[in-house]
Amino acid sequence: MGELLTPSQTVGPYFSMRLPWDQGPYVVPAGTPGAITIIGRLLDGAGDPIPDGLIETWQASPEGRFAHPDDPRGPVPDGDKAFRGFGRVPTGHDGSFKIVTLKPGALPAGDGQVEAPHIDVSVFSRGMLDRSVTRIYFPDEPEANAADPVLAQVPDERLVTLIAVPAGDALLRFDIHMQGPAETVFFDL
Amino acid sequence: MTVSQHRLVIRHAPGELILPTYAKPEPGNHPPLDFPPYKSTGLRHPTKALVLLPHRLTEVTGPLLGDDLITMQDADLTTGHAGEPQGQRIIVFGQVRDSGGKPVPDTLVEIWQTNAAGRYRHSREHHPAPLDPNFDGVGRAITDQGGRYRFITIQPGSYPWGNHYNAWRPAHIHFSLFGRAFTQRLVTQMYFPGDPLLPLDPIYNSVPDEKARQRMIAAFSIEDTQPEWALAYRFDIVLRGREASIFEDEGHGH
Repeated sequence: MGELLTPSQTVGPYFSMRLPWDQGPYVVPAGTPGAITIIGRLLDGAGDPIPDGLIETWQASPEGRFAHPDDPRGPVPDGDKAFRGFGRVPTGHDGSFKIVTLKPGALPAGDGQVEAPHIDVSVFSRGMLDRSVTRIYFPDEPEANAADPVLAQVPDERLVTLIAVPAGDALLRFDIHMQGPAETVFFDL
Repeated sequence: MTVSQHRLVIRHAPGELILPTYAKPEPGNHPPLDFPPYKSTGLRHPTKALVLLPHRLTEVTGPLLGDDLITMQDADLTTGHAGEPQGQRIIVFGQVRDSGGKPVPDTLVEIWQTNAAGRYRHSREHHPAPLDPNFDGVGRAITDQGGRYRFITIQPGSYPWGNHYNAWRPAHIHFSLFGRAFTQRLVTQMYFPGDPLLPLDPIYNSVPDEKARQRMIAAFSIEDTQPEWALAYRFDIVLRGREASIFEDEGHGH
């Protein structure tokens, strides 16, 4: 039994004084070959936009690697070093957000299984006493998604909430519904 | 080998990948997402059961945002303007560690707060208290090898909010931390000892466990108070730690 943790508290309405920065939405610089854009809206239980939310993303590189000492596969190949892996964007007045990134690679799950390409997402806002965590999966990976050990735990009728929707050339849409019939699947981390 | 260079032992069974797991918070350590006394939670909390997310590669890694975002001045909120800000100068310092007691080095700490009059510098803030031209109320620091950070700032003020009749937030400083893994990410608020508004504040009181709640209250430190200059408050921050069953290599060259 360890120490008690410092409890979570809401990010409040004024986090944009500090947390966003210009390059936050750009996991890779705009114009990077192969870049995709993920757009979406953050919506509350009445279907109204949440205009004071913060979306953060964390993901593997296209090769399925992390520039991080706890990736036991060792240092990443040189080619991955410009890749930030992290995105941060405040929602707009209409609840909208946009992230520019590269599609991540699949990942070994450690038990012989393979995780389909995915992006971990943290959602913060006024009125949220702790973050909510979800994942973005990709619509062009039906076989990998079908074999993904996390998606296997999600009720079939809710799977659709975790898979981004094609919205144009190199463009995907991923709306986040906090509540309602289309409530996004959130995870217990 | 320093703590920051902890590496996991890889057991070389073919295809096997040994990853840490971060311990679950004790019940009552974090607030519930649905907390009616804080009205805005009503339409903004998940209503369906959460799905368990085991800790795999994406969860045990995380952004290591470094010095390129930081300048020394970022940790001193009282400089960088034509004059000095109004209010009581304070030093806010502490250690970031995990629940196993290990310091968390090289991690970004971001803060934001009101000025001495209880006013945020934000376009949507309408509390009729004066802005201070010499105070922005934002800071950043990176923890050192011992997990330590230190800010110089101004005692923030209380301010009214619309949650209920005569609602006032206790003075607080917002903190955002990454730790070393996605699993450790934390946004919290630091409060001040003896604030009479604490027992009345639904956000502070949303944390069920009383001892956990008290973790959010900084400790006044006369030892670290600087004579003729600034009061000091210590605020240690505890992030999720790894479960003890993990085999780790302390770097002895196995």
